[in-house]
Amino acid sequence: MDIHEYQAKEILAGFGVPVPKGGVAWSPEQAAFRAREVGGRAVVKAQIHSGGRGEAGGVKVCKTEAEAQDFAATLFGRQLATKQTGPQGKSVYRVWVEEATDIARELYLGFVLDRKSERIMIVASAHGGMEIEDLAEEDPESLRRMVIDPAAGLLEFQARELAFQLGLKGKQIGQMVTVLRACYRAYRDLDAMMVEINPLVITGAGDLVALDAKMSFDTNALFRRPQIAALRDPGQQDPREAMAADNGLAYVGLDGDIGCIINGAGLAMATMDMIKLAGGEPANFLDIGGGASPERVCTAFRNVLSDPKVGVILVNIFAGINRCDWIANGVVQAYREVGLTLPVVVRLAGTNVEAGREILRSSGLPIIAADTLAEAAEAAVAARPHPIAAE
Amino acid sequence: MAILIDETTKVLVQGMSGRIGQFHAQEMIEAGTKVVAGVTPGKGGTTVLNRPQFDTVREAVEATGATASLLFVPPPAAADAMMEAADAGIRTAVCVTDGIPAQDMMRVKRFLRRYPRDRKMRLIGPNCAGVISPGKGFMGIMPPHIYMPGRVGIVGRSGTLGYEAASQMSALGIGVSTSVGIGGDPINGSSFRDILELFEADPGTDAVMMIGEIGGPQEAEAAAFVRDHMTKPVVAYVAGLSAPKGRQMGHAGAIISAFGESAQEKVELLSAAGITVAPNPSAMGATMADVLGRKAAA
Repeated sequence: MDIHEYQAKEILAGFGVPVPKGGVAWSPEQAAFRAREVGGRAVVKAQIHSGGRGEAGGVKVCKTEAEAQDFAATLFGRQLATKQTGPQGKSVYRVWVEEATDIARELYLGFVLDRKSERIMIVASAHGGMEIEDLAEEDPESLRRMVIDPAAGLLEFQARELAFQLGLKGKQIGQMVTVLRACYRAYRDLDAMMVEINPLVITGAGDLVALDAKMSFDTNALFRRPQIAALRDPGQQDPREAMAADNGLAYVGLDGDIGCIINGAGLAMATMDMIKLAGGEPANFLDIGGGASPERVCTAFRNVLSDPKVGVILVNIFAGINRCDWIANGVVQAYREVGLTLPVVVRLAGTNVEAGREILRSSGLPIIAADTLAEAAEAAVAARPHPIAAE
Repeated sequence: MAILIDETTKVLVQGMSGRIGQFHAQEMIEAGTKVVAGVTPGKGGTTVLNRPQFDTVREAVEATGATASLLFVPPPAAADAMMEAADAGIRTAVCVTDGIPAQDMMRVKRFLRRYPRDRKMRLIGPNCAGVISPGKGFMGIMPPHIYMPGRVGIVGRSGTLGYEAASQMSALGIGVSTSVGIGGDPINGSSFRDILELFEADPGTDAVMMIGEIGGPQEAEAAAFVRDHMTKPVVAYVAGLSAPKGRQMGHAGAIISAFGESAQEKVELLSAAGITVAPNPSAMGATMADVLGRKAAA
């Protein structure tokens, strides 16, 4: 789960990371007030869950309160499209206003979960300011990596070593040790999955300051981090995905027209691969999970149908703890309750498969039955009302 | 022969008294699994499905001699239950639980390193369907009737895609020695490599079907192991060819975040290591039949 820059800065500041003085604003007038608080000259930054906001025109250094107010007025309500958001962009309805920082040098600092060592890893570079992917491509030599033993935590000498490797000097060494240890503690104590300070700048006066901050959290741990869970901003999510999250479904919105309802993440991905091979494009990834009741199947149908691009629905269930008869009842119920008019392809296998198939057959509904994964994908592609021209 | 579980393995179920634990314990018993006891703190002294229940894993192991444990423990308590099993001397634990925090798994993996190799617990999962040796026994949530006993091992991250492979093979008359779900989380107990090593050493297994997916370094590690250490043929499929970069596809671990983690890149790595990669998920069974046919002809 992602949070906004200003929220990440507030959290990290609480652990001891130096950040520029500033405040969040919900209106242009409030942005002017925030600019006055930091002395007039201020940086106004659009708050959306994405990097690359500067290039997209979402960040500006403003010389006066009036300029801050005018620029903020252009941001509110706007869909800001960055390299990461795609062309549809994300809506801006809060901005962060902070004191302007005098930048002498930019560094990169990130904390991630390293799946190879199964530990928290620090990635740092003396070459900051650009996205990590670009950095890895353009200047891979500059990247420094360090894996932290969870039993001991990040030790001071390790942090100091990293600071020296990055070419820091004098008081910056102690400041860097503070920043590194603070980020590590924030990561560990709040069940983060990613902490990134990019750029971490050295000011004209030679001090370290976090100019930008990004944090992402482990959704599996939100049950014990209510203060983090409260920061979820559904307005920054794809509306289809926000709806799915509220319904407890694993859903990822895609661009095609074949709506998918499948049990198990692996089978869901495999079915999407099969659709693609058959010449179609999936509209979504959806894992309905285990033990799905007819009501849950109905909910999944509603979720898939909330996407206007969907022209056909493919249901593929290999029932282990699921039951094919329940799934079939759910499909029939969805036809009645949701008022379904689109073609539906259903492939059932596993527990109670005969009972499930019989329910579909005797329903009198125009359901296209398929026996195998390949048949199901081909039937779904063939059933599209408005086939997209082959690329 | 089989790996991890057979008809003699004495199995505990942690969380047996709960609704889900009881349902699956019943299925396991019906399939011939030697379920000897359950563990739920506070339920010691009672019985469930005619099996004694214990407050702690240690008591259950001492009273029954169990060597394996299946965990149906909710996410907040699952890591603790795994470490309790490891400390009580359980040799093989299977954790089905989905939704365990990543840092809890980090702690579990670190904790397991406290034990010397000969006493270290092998953990399968979490977020997996479990382990089944058809006709002998199983620990997990899979439908046992779809598996035909035989001589091909299956190892995969996804439960239902593993069912798909087993049923495609079964339709072609190919049976399974053991099928292992290693789970869809970013940090899991056993990797593809760990399970391939067991299959290579198992006289009851002639070939292995490996079902990978996008995200993480484990398929690459498995490819190197197959190239350098395996004599038995391996067939693979990697799910997620159509998955976009940077989006998590259901499994917490299924996200392309680094070079070498996309399905296409994994297929190339596996092929380069001499593994036969099924061209699509509908061809897993046929590809295995082909490889076994060539092996028999050779």
